[in-house]
Amino acid sequence: MCLAIPLKLISVDGAQAVGEAAGLTRAVRVDFIKEPKVGDYVIVHAGFAIERLRKTEAEASLKAWREVADAGE
Amino acid sequence: MPESKALLQAIQAVDVPPVTLMEVCGTHTMAIAKAGLKPLLAPKVTLLSGPGCPVCVTPARDIDACLTLSARPDVILTSYGDMLRVPGSARGDSLLKRRALGADVRMVYSPMDAVEVARENPCKKIVFLGVGFETTAPGTAIAVQTAKESGVKNFYLLPMLKRLEPALRALAASADFAVDGLLCPGHVASILGENGFQYVARSLRLPAVIAGFETEDVLLAVYRLLLQIREGAPALENAYPRAVQREGNTLAMATVETVFTPCDSLWRGMGMIPQSGLALKEDYAAFDAIKALDVCFEEEKPSACRCGDVIRGALPPEKCPLFGVCTPEDPIGPCMVSGEGACAARYKYGGSV
Ligand code: SF4
Repeated sequence: MCLAIPLKLISVDGAQAVGEAAGLTRAVRVDFIKEPKVGDYVIVHAGFAIERLRKTEAEASLKAWREVADAGE
Repeated sequence: MPESKALLQAIQAVDVPPVTLMEVCGTHTMAIAKAGLKPLLAPKVTLLSGPGCPVCVTPARDIDACLTLSARPDVILTSYGDMLRVPGSARGDSLLKRRALGADVRMVYSPMDAVEVARENPCKKIVFLGVGFETTAPGTAIAVQTAKESGVKNFYLLPMLKRLEPALRALAASADFAVDGLLCPGHVASILGENGFQYVARSLRLPAVIAGFETEDVLLAVYRLLLQIREGAPALENAYPRAVQREGNTLAMATVETVFTPCDSLWRGMGMIPQSGLALKEDYAAFDAIKALDVCFEEEKPSACRCGDVIRGALPPEKCPLFGVCTPEDPIGPCMVSGEGACAARYKYGGSV
């Protein structure tokens, strides 16, 4: 029920938004996102955005993978 | 990704005896199967699937009740796709089959679509089959609130939502539970936050890492679990901070609390677990399909399908005597139906350990 890829919000109108990924668009409810904005990346579950992806932490994840990877080599 | 290979090497290099880890999320089960991780991690790490696939934990008696409802001429059933193919206690009898025989059963992508169906069909009773965990409950709550606020009186929820914590506590207390660490479901944690999973380490004394869904996310979580096991110090770590905050999604949790209250709930293979379900609160009772449509649940019947053991991590899918006779095309149990089911994952991607 969870979409594997995060959607990028391309329009927001109250609790209704439109998300886009790989050229496909989809209606998304953003009731649970504080101050949703166009350009936000969200994780969508059964039509509802359940969380906004945080960019700095996304970079931190990449870094964490690399660190373990480097230590293992 | 080159990181995967190196992460696998790092995992193999951790000095611990072979361990068994459990993933408690259907999306993890699928991600692991798709990336073929089980054979790559064996024999050091055995990954078991837990009770994390919403359709799989739904008992057969609930499916039977849905099938009975679908036969009512005044009812339109709306449901996520996975539910449609799950057989009830009679083999081959599913909502999809009922639809082929003329029942009005519609697949929806969001509970809001079900409210829309209700608006468009004012002379019918629209029942939404509300399965899912903490990730699904908030949206389901909004659908009920929307129906109430906009005066849609022919929308009903059949509440089959589940809460993970009581089930994990029950599982960890069972005699045959032999798991060394828990890969916590990233999206349930998006809602409940790190705070919502502290009990795994503190109270169940199990190493716990909240994991995302990329191959690297899963491998990093496995690696961190191994380090915890090596140190003998169970803790909760968040390896998915890009989508999980400490306090979770407070807006979503507040919405759930407004509409639902915890209730006892029956799980496939695990029996009745106190406070593990969600019932509609008094204010929203008019939208409860069980009350409004007199839904009646029979006793759970014994079945040859071993899904109940599979979702407890007590039986690997390929050890079920029916595995192979039971296939995604002709499923006997929900674990073979669902896109998130352990039997389906094993059947589709192989890679048994
Ligand atoms: S293989 Fe089929 S019958 Fe056996 S546990 Fe899985 S779903 Fe049930």
